[in-house]
Formats: sequence, structure tokens, C-alpha cells
Amino acid sequence: MKKLADDVIEKLIFICGITAIVFVVLIFVFLMKEGVSFFGEYSFHDFLLGKFWYPTSDPPRFGILPLILGSLIITLGASLIAVPLGTMAALYISEVAPKGAKDVLKAGVELLAAIPSVVVGFIGMVTLVPIIKNVFGIPTGLTALSGCIMLAFMAMPTIVSISEDAINAVPWQYKEGALALGATKWQIMYRIILPAAAPGIIASVMLGIGRVIGETMAVMMVTGNAAVIPHGFLESVRTMTATIAAEMGETVRGSIHYKALFAIGAVLFIITFFINFVADTYLHKNK
Amino acid sequence: MMNTKTSQKIAFSALLAVTLMVILPVLIIIIIIIREGISAINWQFIASMPSNGMRSGGIMPAILGTIYLVVLSVAIALPVGVLAAIYLNEYAKDNLLTRVIKLSIVNLAGVPSVVYGLFGLGLFVIFMKFGVSILSGALTLAIMELPVIITTSKEALNSVPQSFREVSLSLGVSRWKTVRHVVLPHALPGIMTGTILSIARIAGETAPILFTAAAFYVPRLPNSVFDQVMVLPYHLFIISTQIPNMPKNLSYGTALVLLMLVISMNLAAIVIRTYFRKRKKW
Repeated sequence: MKKLADDVIEKLIFICGITAIVFVVLIFVFLMKEGVSFFGEYSFHDFLLGKFWYPTSDPPRFGILPLILGSLIITLGASLIAVPLGTMAALYISEVAPKGAKDVLKAGVELLAAIPSVVVGFIGMVTLVPIIKNVFGIPTGLTALSGCIMLAFMAMPTIVSISEDAINAVPWQYKEGALALGATKWQIMYRIILPAAAPGIIASVMLGIGRVIGETMAVMMVTGNAAVIPHGFLESVRTMTATIAAEMGETVRGSIHYKALFAIGAVLFIITFFINFVADTYLHKNK
Repeated sequence: MMNTKTSQKIAFSALLAVTLMVILPVLIIIIIIIREGISAINWQFIASMPSNGMRSGGIMPAILGTIYLVVLSVAIALPVGVLAAIYLNEYAKDNLLTRVIKLSIVNLAGVPSVVYGLFGLGLFVIFMKFGVSILSGALTLAIMELPVIITTSKEALNSVPQSFREVSLSLGVSRWKTVRHVVLPHALPGIMTGTILSIARIAGETAPILFTAAAFYVPRLPNSVFDQVMVLPYHLFIISTQIPNMPKNLSYGTALVLLMLVISMNLAAIVIRTYFRKRKKW
């Protein structure tokens, strides 16, 4: 009898063990189900490379090129800010900061990660957006630049904490060897530690980028959401995520517009799946 | 050529400046929200319904909605997540299946929140016919929490010394009984910390509940898990973007309540972690 109870619970443990696989597959299936039915009605080529996103015009046009470029410009800008700042902060926190300051700085980074994206978006709207409007003398501060700056801060905790782990994991023998040869601490940091921690730092950057591409609320609140092909950082842009979030509420279930939004979801899922897969490979390179 | 000592000094100062640039905005954000929002916080704001098209009154239904969603989602995700962690740490062999599970967890953690929303809409709202409801939202959030709970619980189980298991097994105790009575109690603080952190993250999420649970405005409180609810983050989104002439201090006040909720949960997790780390005997 006792043996039977153990068997039952162990079966249950196994079932729970594989839930992660089940859900990844289910998410993919549910996105593809609507996506495939969308491509029955609309050409894949016009979807991916179409320059116009006019979902409610007659006939509707579902070109997501402006949305892909919108996500791209935000991701690019946010990475340009977050990657150098994030890695430098990680280097400072793990190698330079005194013991007491280290814990405070780490808590600060954790706190940054804890702020909900809708709060980040709200703060961006009331502080950064007016500043950008005034500094550049443009009619609205709801621009790609505002999105890049806010999202850079949202990517920072991922980049800092994972880079820091990678830097800490560099074997101490490397440092001692260099010290014995008379290198200064700074020389060791950029000649020895940075190259040795590079795979982990690359992984942290990829995970940070994954976070930026998938971010929805903050980006929707500060970028102005104009679905046109962007030409610069001072224009309003619309990302793929913001399009789904803003339009799904107004579509009719089962309509072609509804299916088009699922198709965008599938594109996002495939992009982030790829990014996470590569990042994970880099993370396990050292071990 | 520059003296190596001088260049080190310059480099370290630059690194410090950058680190402050990363950390200080967090403090500035928190200070701004507290300064502007504190005037809105009073008992009436916390405990009454919104009125006058949300331009006055309180945010009670949104606070309650957030609590309902979070509690239900954790009730679903915690048992599944802990059992999954037990499988990975105590039972799984190093084979292809285990590698696929680990990869799935990594990818589940990286799926954009709005894609979870689409999935919840497709599976729970439409396919399972739960409608836009607390149940659909909580299930969607539960799947989002899973990777965090599994990963942190697995780490907690992994930090329990192997000798504990060997002693128990050598006394003839079964595998599951060993896990249940010897390993799990020691891993509990770590599991709790991870769970609270995942709750804090979930409480602030908006995109996954946009199409699965959240309502713009509901004049009464929910009666069952099949009702729509108002939710704090979504409420903040609406009042700061969709409602013209919204009194600014109410938006800040809502942001402040949400921020305090999330930060206090993070602090609780940190306190639990340090308390048990100190008491650890091995």
C-alpha cells in the first residue's frame, strides 16, 4: 500500500517535471494554429515585407515591416546604451567596489529589476518625454529615443547581474598569475578578466536584448505608436509587442486581423526562442 | 605614455560614474513617485470604489483584483513548480529528456509577456471557454511564474548536502519519503524566497492579463473566478494614457501603491533569505 502511494506521487512528479516542455509546445501550437490560418488568407511575403500596416482599411493591409523595424530600432538603441553601461557597472561591482558598497549596489540593481514595466512607462511619460520634447524642440517627446532610454534601464539588471556572475566565475589563478607578473588591477581587469568572462557577458547581452524585444507596456507608453517605417530616433515608432497589446482588444475573434496579431506573436516567439537558445549555449560554454 | 597607476585611477573613476548612472535613476524614480503620490494616499483611496469616470474615489477593486490573481496563480504554480524541481534535482538522469526540459524552462522564461497573453487568450479564454476571467488570468500568470519557481526551487534542493539523502536512504527510507521528510524541509526557505520573488514580478505584469482577465472598469467586486477584474498595473496604464484630465496625484498614488506592494515583497524575500542563511548549520 505504501509502495503504491510512493509510485503515484513519483508519477505525479514526473508529469510536473515535463510541464515546461508541454507549455512551450502548447504556446507554439496555439500561435501557429492562428498564424497558419492567417497565411491561408494573406501572403507570407506581403506580411513579412509589406510596408503598410493598415489593419482596418478596406482591403486591410498587414505588412509588419514597419513594426519589425520599430522593434529593431528600439532594441538597437537600448543595447547601445545598456551594453557598455551594464558591463562596466558589473565590472565595478564585482572587482572594484568595497565589500559594503557591493551589497548596496547589488540591492539597487535588484530594485531596478523589481519596478513593474507599467510604472517605468508611467515615469517615462511624465519625466523623460517632456524633457526630450524640449531638448530637441520637437512637437512630441513620444519618440523611439524615449523608448530606447527607458528600455535600456529595463535591460540593465539582466546584463549587470549575469555579467557579474560571469566575472566572478573567472578562476582566481588567472588573476594571481597576472598579479605576480606585475600587472595592475585595471590591466588585469581588461586584459584577463574581460576576455575570460566574455561568453557569459555575451549571454547576458543576448538575454537583455531578449527582454527589450519582448517588453510591451513601457514601450507602448513612451514611443507614440505610429506604425510607419522609422527614419531616425526622434520619430514615433510602433513595436510588434505594442501592436498586439494595443489592437487585440478591438479585434473580432477569428477575424483576419485577430489572426494577423497571432502571426506577429509567432514571429516574436521564434525570435526570442532563438535568442534564448543561443544565450543558453554561451552560458554553458565555460562549464 | 600614461603612467599605469594614473590610467587605473581614471578607469576606476569612470566605472564608478557609470555604476552610479545605472543605480541612481532607480532612487530618483522611487523618490519622484513617493513625493508626488503620497498626497493621494489615504484610507478612502485604498478602500473605496473609483468614481467620476475614475477621476476621483479610490482603487480598492484594482488592489483586490491584483491580490485575487496573484494568490490564485501561486496556488496553481507553486505545487507544479516544486514537484518539477524535485523531478529535475532528485530523479532526473542526465539524458536527452532532461536537457530538453532544461531548455524548455530557459525558453519559457524568455517568452515575451504579451505572447503569454495571446496564449492565454487562445487556450484558456477561447478554447477552454473560461472567458475573460480571474481564472484565465491566473492560469496565464501561473505558466509565467513556473520557470522562476522551478529554477529557484531546484537551486534550493541542490544546496541540501548529499550526505543527508545518503543517511536517510541507508536507513531503508524510500526515495520519495527521503525527499519529503529530509530534503524538502531544508530547501523550504529557498523555495519561499523564489516564490515571493516570482509573485512580486507577477503582481506588476500587465501584458499577460490584458486580454485574459483585466477590465477597464467594473462597478462591483467579483463574485467568482469567472468574473473579470480590475487590476492595479492595468488601472495605472488606463488612467495615465486613456483618461483625459486625470488628476496627476491619483496616477502617482496608484503607481505608489503598486510600487510599494512589489518592493515590500522583494524586501520580504531578501529578509527571509538572509535570516535562513545565517541559521544554516552546514
